Amino acid sequence: MNNNKPKIGVYVCHCGVNIAKTVDIEAVRSYAESLPYVKVARNYSYMCSDPGQLLIKEDIAEEGLNRIVVASCSPRMHELTFRKTLAEGGLNPYYLEMANIREQCSWVHEDSEEATSKARKLVAAAVAKARLLEPLEEKEVEVEPATLIIGGGIAGIQAALDIAGAGFKVYVVEKTPSVGGKMSQLDKTFPTLDCSACILTPKMVDVASHPNIELLTYSQVEDVQGYVGNFEVKVRKKARYVDIDKCTGCGICAQECRLAGRIPSEYEAGIGKRGAIYLPFPQAVPAKFTIDPESCLYLTRGKCGKEPKCVEHCSLGAIDFEQQDEFVEFKVGAIIVATGYDVFDASRKPEYGYQDYDNVLTSLELERLVSASGPTGGEIVLGKGEEAFVPKEVAFIQCVGSRDASCGNEYCSRVCCMYTAKLAHLIKEKVPDSNVRVYYMDVRAFGKGFEEFYDRVRREGVRYIRGNPSEVFKRDGKLVVKAEDTLTAKPLEDEVDMVVLSVGLEPRKDTREIIDLLRLSQSSDRFYLEAHPKLAPVDTATDGVYLAGCAQGPKDIPDTVAQAKGAASSALILLASGKVNIQAQISVVNEATCRGCGYCVEICPYGAIEMGEVNRFGHIVSVAKVNEALCKGCGACVAGCFSGSIQQKSFKDRQILPQIAVLGVVK
Amino acid sequence: MNTELQNFIEKYDLYGCIQCGRCTGGCPVTVRTNLNVRRFVYDSIDEDALEELAKLPEIWDCTACSTCAVRCPKGLKPLEVLIGLRGILVLEGQVEPTVRDALESIFREGNPWSKARATRSDWMEGLDVKVADPETEVENLIFVCCTVVYDPRVQVTVKNLVKILNKADVDYAFVGDDESCCASEAFNLGEEELFEMMVEDNTELLNSFKAKRIVTISPHCFNAFKKQYPDLKAEVLHYTQLIGELLEDKKLEFTKELPQKIVFHDPCFLGKQNDVYDEPRFVLSQIPGAELVEFERNKERSLCCEGGGGKMWVESDSKLERLAETRVKDAHALGADVLAAACPFCILTLDDALKAKGFEEEMKVSEILEIIGDLLEE
Repeated sequence: MNNNKPKIGVYVCHCGVNIAKTVDIEAVRSYAESLPYVKVARNYSYMCSDPGQLLIKEDIAEEGLNRIVVASCSPRMHELTFRKTLAEGGLNPYYLEMANIREQCSWVHEDSEEATSKARKLVAAAVAKARLLEPLEEKEVEVEPATLIIGGGIAGIQAALDIAGAGFKVYVVEKTPSVGGKMSQLDKTFPTLDCSACILTPKMVDVASHPNIELLTYSQVEDVQGYVGNFEVKVRKKARYVDIDKCTGCGICAQECRLAGRIPSEYEAGIGKRGAIYLPFPQAVPAKFTIDPESCLYLTRGKCGKEPKCVEHCSLGAIDFEQQDEFVEFKVGAIIVATGYDVFDASRKPEYGYQDYDNVLTSLELERLVSASGPTGGEIVLGKGEEAFVPKEVAFIQCVGSRDASCGNEYCSRVCCMYTAKLAHLIKEKVPDSNVRVYYMDVRAFGKGFEEFYDRVRREGVRYIRGNPSEVFKRDGKLVVKAEDTLTAKPLEDEVDMVVLSVGLEPRKDTREIIDLLRLSQSSDRFYLEAHPKLAPVDTATDGVYLAGCAQGPKDIPDTVAQAKGAASSALILLASGKVNIQAQISVVNEATCRGCGYCVEICPYGAIEMGEVNRFGHIVSVAKVNEALCKGCGACVAGCFSGSIQQKSFKDRQILPQIAVLGVVK
Repeated sequence: MNTELQNFIEKYDLYGCIQCGRCTGGCPVTVRTNLNVRRFVYDSIDEDALEELAKLPEIWDCTACSTCAVRCPKGLKPLEVLIGLRGILVLEGQVEPTVRDALESIFREGNPWSKARATRSDWMEGLDVKVADPETEVENLIFVCCTVVYDPRVQVTVKNLVKILNKADVDYAFVGDDESCCASEAFNLGEEELFEMMVEDNTELLNSFKAKRIVTISPHCFNAFKKQYPDLKAEVLHYTQLIGELLEDKKLEFTKELPQKIVFHDPCFLGKQNDVYDEPRFVLSQIPGAELVEFERNKERSLCCEGGGGKMWVESDSKLERLAETRVKDAHALGADVLAAACPFCILTLDDALKAKGFEEEMKVSEILEIIGDLLEE
């Protein structure tokens, strides 16, 4: 069938009205029919549908077609679909060429005549290339049956448990000393008011004890090499200055530390204090202490009294100031990015006085204040000592750092409406005679049980005032919220005891590090970009790398858990099949003409080219060699090669130059 | 209806508004007038209502402090809707005589104060002032505000600036007689055509000099040049930034002591609108013996004095306490000897309020240049 003379079938897709509304399909079809080597030209409403694909398969069988051109959408959308169609029809899948007459034509043009003429050109160009296509073989490689999960919050924990439960090895790398993430800081969860710690800690313990899970806390991924199925990972285990094999977590060191109660605790969102040696929170996993090198007197000044108190009091000798960072290396087949989010920094909206006033809190700080495990034991008390008081007049300000172009975050953070309802409920519960009002612009109660919860909280006496405040200042010792009640059109200055800023979720400050490590992309909201917003929400543009949780965008706990399970499922498909096809359209070096300059080695972003040697007429010369497993087919080396000695399969000069010529760009 | 009206929706992005209320919530004049700027954004969507909306007296209460625009989560500039409504009245010639005169004076004499252009440089008399010529390169081209030039209360600021520039051996030159109003206030009063014309003329004039930087005395000129003069070639500075540099580089030093308590009032056009908060404070902090205190409402949360937005030419009907009076009261309560500002309009309004409150004996309102001009070695 693959005889030398091309027999091309051209299939023009209507894509419903997506293409047909702008492009004259019949005109394109009949034009295609007139092109050299075209045996069949057809049009159909949805080429990607079953009957559409069947058309191609039947024509291959009946008309003896050996090249296929589909004029439809972007190859990013359906190239794989149609390659499969070719394979099912008995053709080499790389005998396919797509003409993108949707994204590059009908969607971006209004003038029907001009769009049709452009569609004709795109089809002619595709036909010109199609006749020069060559069959390619896809290589299969083994998949390392293990997964790396970056981040040990609820997303990472859930994905790890699912994959480990299916029988595969998981490495969880967590930056902080404990797993648990932001969820461990929450008091209750909306809308069910489950105790956050009660539902989370069992999972944290499971992660630590699961035989298939290797937990690397206080660790960071330093380097990732390789490709889908075969990633080589290097992790830095930061020195804890505590021998975790000896540490029993008794906590005497933390009590004795000279800085005990002096360092703002990350876990307590800064409203509680810890020492230089600390356990982030009582249920931390692992229950091992860590010395903070940035605050420890001994580590920063080389001296801590006569002898560090921790050393003096640890009868097990677990304190080890000589400890160094360690590196571990391992191989995995898949990677899940579950790095979570940062809470919006309220000082970026200085008009709300967060930095100026003690009684302006962020919602996360209030979360710790109402928590039974928090610094006040769950009592809602502001101020210290004689000045301590129970706030009676409380105002929540919604959308701080969300839906706000003035601070660069145009998106809705999705959780603030509901956590505010929950926190308002908890304040009313703990301080029944308090007056709680929520200044909002819209209440978004879209999830299961959310609207009902919002109804309940209002009926408990929480007043919702529709107006987003502009400013908080102090007058005669009282905080004043300056706002407008938009429903009565009355500007107001509301005097309160406590202001709670319902801060949004932001991409983590270290987002860039993971991007560089795994070659991910960001969407316009600066969160990690998924491969497709609807149909591939946990995949990324890097094969074998998946997203879970708030790293991809703001989410509540149920959505995070669902997505984590989705990411685990994607990873498991890879691991369970045990094999993966790698890119066939890779670069090849013409060893006869390569000058061995090595420029391509520098250009290749994937480290896929290295220099090797060949015997050329009795002389050993240096030439470039492409590692087929690593090459992604980006073509950078082809463009960079000084001697034209590198060509990319399916994109060889002799294939694409005629294609470009038809478009009228070159002669 | 003219086309001007039909452009309202697009021009002010009215459909972009989500009615969150942050604009009216933050509007400083709501405590004393009926102005609700959010309502104007909402109601202006109805083109047929514009003529009626323009008749509401509160559209003249806006001080153009821009708090509404700075805080708007959707990037709208609600105050400009009010300015657009003022523009309808300007087009129809239905504005107060004071406004009409100010606009006419900008057009004829290049200043809003009905003063002769020929007298613009009179303040220079007896001073050693360098005036720019288009052939000579100059580092700092100084642009003097009309109010500074003609108002006897604030003229001292430019005189002191000359003293400082000469003392610190700064490469500078003044624009001189050809200088015209930046027209920021023409824009705020709704006279957009005049504003456009002035932008064109001023841009041509200022670009004709070989200047690296333009230094303004008034934050209003500063803001206009930075935000509304797209084709200006030179970098634009406020004088507090220049003096801050001179102090930092030790080219200038205050040698005389001033053992007084100073509180700085942030001009909206300098602070809120351009984030210049630190330089004026730095300059004041270099005064030997002075103690700097802060208003409760400072920097991003500063309270407008009501001097801008054309308020120099329009009196509000409200009998309630003026914001400038609130400001003076707060300064007095802090025990300040000096209420400092870095803007001629702020000085004029705060000075009036000082007199209205009867605090003249205990406290002074002073421009920063007014204070520091007397602290140099003779």
